Amino acid sequence: MKFAVIVFPGSNCDIDMYHAVKDELGAEVSYVWHHETSLEGFDGILLPGGFSYGDYLRSGAIARFSPIMDAVIKAAEEGKPVLGVCNGFQVLLEAGLLPGAMRRNENLKFICRSVELVVENNETIFSEGYKKDEEIKIPVAHGEGNYYCDPVTLEALTENNQIVFKYKENINGSVERIAGIVNKEGNVLGMMPHPERAVDELLGSKDGLTLFKSILSHWRERNAITS
Amino acid sequence: MQLLHEPSPQQIKDQKIYAEMGLTDEEFSLVESILGRLPNYTETGLFSVMWSEHCSYKNSKVLLKKFPTSGEKVLQGPGEGAGIIDIGDEQAVVFKIESHNHPSAIEPYQGAATGVGGIIRDVFSMGARPVAMLNSLRFGELQNPRVKYLFEEVVAGIAGYGNCIGIPTVGGEVQFDPCYEGNPLVNAMCVGLIDHKDIQKGQAKGVGNSVIYVGASTGRDGIHGATFASEELSEASEAKRPAVQVGDPFMEKLLMEACLEAVKNDALVGIQDMGAAGLTSSSAEMASKAGSGIEMDLDKVPQREKGMTPYEMMLSESQERMLLVVEAGREQEMIELFEKWGLMAVIVGRVTDDKKLRLVHKGDVVADVPVDALAEEAPVYHKPSSEPAYFREFQEKKDYRPAVEDFSRTLKGLLGQPTIASKEWVYDQYDYMVRTNTVVAPGSDAAVLRIRETDKALAMTTDCNSRYLYLDPYNGGKIAIAEAARNLVCSGAKPLGVTDCLNYGSPENPEIFWQLERSTDGLSEACEQLETPVIGGNVSLYNERSGAAVYPTPVIGMVGLIEQTEHITTQRFKKPGDLIYIVGEAGNDFGGSELQKMKEGSIFGHSPKIDMAVEKDRQEKVLEAIQGGTVASAHDMAEGGFLVALAESLFGTELGAEVKLTGDDVLAECFAETQSRYILTVSKEQQSRFENYIPEAVCIGEVTDEAQLKVLDSNGKPILQEQTVELEDIWRGAIPCLVKSKD
Repeated sequence: MKFAVIVFPGSNCDIDMYHAVKDELGAEVSYVWHHETSLEGFDGILLPGGFSYGDYLRSGAIARFSPIMDAVIKAAEEGKPVLGVCNGFQVLLEAGLLPGAMRRNENLKFICRSVELVVENNETIFSEGYKKDEEIKIPVAHGEGNYYCDPVTLEALTENNQIVFKYKENINGSVERIAGIVNKEGNVLGMMPHPERAVDELLGSKDGLTLFKSILSHWRERNAITS
Repeated sequence: MQLLHEPSPQQIKDQKIYAEMGLTDEEFSLVESILGRLPNYTETGLFSVMWSEHCSYKNSKVLLKKFPTSGEKVLQGPGEGAGIIDIGDEQAVVFKIESHNHPSAIEPYQGAATGVGGIIRDVFSMGARPVAMLNSLRFGELQNPRVKYLFEEVVAGIAGYGNCIGIPTVGGEVQFDPCYEGNPLVNAMCVGLIDHKDIQKGQAKGVGNSVIYVGASTGRDGIHGATFASEELSEASEAKRPAVQVGDPFMEKLLMEACLEAVKNDALVGIQDMGAAGLTSSSAEMASKAGSGIEMDLDKVPQREKGMTPYEMMLSESQERMLLVVEAGREQEMIELFEKWGLMAVIVGRVTDDKKLRLVHKGDVVADVPVDALAEEAPVYHKPSSEPAYFREFQEKKDYRPAVEDFSRTLKGLLGQPTIASKEWVYDQYDYMVRTNTVVAPGSDAAVLRIRETDKALAMTTDCNSRYLYLDPYNGGKIAIAEAARNLVCSGAKPLGVTDCLNYGSPENPEIFWQLERSTDGLSEACEQLETPVIGGNVSLYNERSGAAVYPTPVIGMVGLIEQTEHITTQRFKKPGDLIYIVGEAGNDFGGSELQKMKEGSIFGHSPKIDMAVEKDRQEKVLEAIQGGTVASAHDMAEGGFLVALAESLFGTELGAEVKLTGDDVLAECFAETQSRYILTVSKEQQSRFENYIPEAVCIGEVTDEAQLKVLDSNGKPILQEQTVELEDIWRGAIPCLVKSKD
């Protein structure tokens, strides 16, 4: 399985994503510069955290117009796994691949700490390695992670089982403590917490590695069947 | 034509316009004799910024000479963007600390943000990848609404810049004392990693090579920032808000990535950041260091505003700009490299052989001055010094001893002092994890970062207890170095070297100059003894507001090497049953202590003493015991003394401790700030091995699984029993509570 880490100007968790996949998951991975227009040959797409285009105007608002985004949308439509973390999640929202929007954290301050998440849905390709309702420890680092959607959307998210992760305690004011959601098809996950920062015991937690392993094992199963 | 409005050379002299720019009569005469003519307006500006204290160190140079700056591992000492120390395997660590006090006093968010931006450029201008940021902050008391505002905005500014550029802010310190009320201190430190082969110098070598300007365009912001930094703050300082620059971390992120790519290209000859005194200092210093000259065509300088004069362009401190010298004929390679990152790279001049800085604007030569005169020949002053009256008075006092009846109440009081209380409110706003190398996050004695692809790690800290320095600059200076080193040792590192940021009042005041003299004596001696050379730093004088100076505050940034990641140690207790040891006996050291400040509202008397031979011996033993794998946790005793350190070791765990004191002076054992002391825990299996490493360590109790702190005196009588959670709530809650309170 080959992963692409999309690099926008201002991405700064690209290197973390790259090392998580290469060193800890042991899969193939390459950086893809935002000027590229194709993602042919990649089996999984990773949009890293950071401050794409300085997050000027609004987080992710400029990045969605990057040349690579058409290819990201195409990959999502083809059913490839697409994971957006933090700024990557914000980009996915702006691109319309996921519903809802981000507001500034309720306390109006940047929050960086390791938080507890609850696995709400362990039947996605990203979360099948976790147990339902499992509590996992993954760091957050964001200023605009206060997820919002209107009641109708929320109802749909709940009905379709699209809420994958919730914060155990509501750290930023998000609707329903939402920390991560998938699209209806289940192949696009956006989450504010950083699983790529929790892949090595030396740094405090390995709980994020399970997410990457889930993607990989799902892909292997599927590939074994089709080939 | 704006130029027409500039005063003529004769007017500059007759109307003493140079004085407004910060030059004295004598200095102006010296400029006149160097040039053999009167300087014009632009030239007067060039001299005034380059000869400011900020750029020339004219008042502190005589003292800085005392610092030990060499050592077998020092690859670059003071004089370049940042110092460099070898860490083996063809790798080196690059670090420097710098102040941004005055801008932060006026415009706290941008002042702090651009302080971070500036120090990052210093590090990547050496060719190094910045891997961590630290800071050291001083404010007045948080009860004051203006102080609250400064505190919140400075922290937000550091977070805003550091988080966006994606360099983790991993450590620092914050202290509160009334002397900083009108003049906060904002010092930022950057640590970088480099392969030896990539080390760059800021030199303009090779006649005919091109001078290339990269990064943001030049605006009218920050004009005379360096001069502004070299005078006292007053009510009138508000009017100098335009001298504060505005930062753009996104631009700097691009600039950093592009420059780190550029240093891998051998067409690059030299690179320097446009920091204080912008285009002037970068060009003059690069030429002076290389023994060459530079000619620049100012019409080529990218300008953000219309009608900028040569004076404005040369003195602007617009951020996120670098000056490069590139091999003639290979400019296009470099320009394309920067274009990939969406950045401007413009040829603005060339290297000459006449050792002059020559500026051309609209076809006319508007400045023609010797580069050495600007960069090297600022007058050097040895200001008069005199022992302050307060110091004599303090020395004559007998040792202060507080009266304490209720130990629990006193401990709780201390844990709620903002200087001791948890700084989580601060570091929660910093992304301290980005780039996933942070092994020990803020909140322990030192931050620790692993070095990828090796089994090594770097430990880093900033430290300075300025209260001790105020009471006794010589002793306090030594303690500042010793404590920084102790912090590193506790994390399992061998201290490598020092970067210092000397924050003082006005050197024109002989009593302040005396503080500078005595404290640099203390710092130098301690560095000598601990074999931690000073590889760079910054001097910030004139930290006064309406005549009141800050305490002498030489902030020490120190970096150490951890040979193997398994040596990494933190202050937190690990498991029930571990034995609690203390190293070092307490004495009656309460002068300048947190307890004195809390009880008396001020500090006075003698600072704690320090014996550097004892200090060094204990550091070596503790480090050996850690490296030998016998130590579970290590914490040095600092502000607040033993009980505070003991409580801190429990916070963040679910453990407790039961200890029995050993001496007769219970008060000193609990709260004195006697130096060179540690709390170590050791598993029972390691007990005998540990005691071989540190025979003088005294076992005083055990870590328990009941989350409470219980302290008995030497007769077994309980003097304190508290639930850990209650203590921890006070400690965690103090700063958020003060920030939120409205009065």
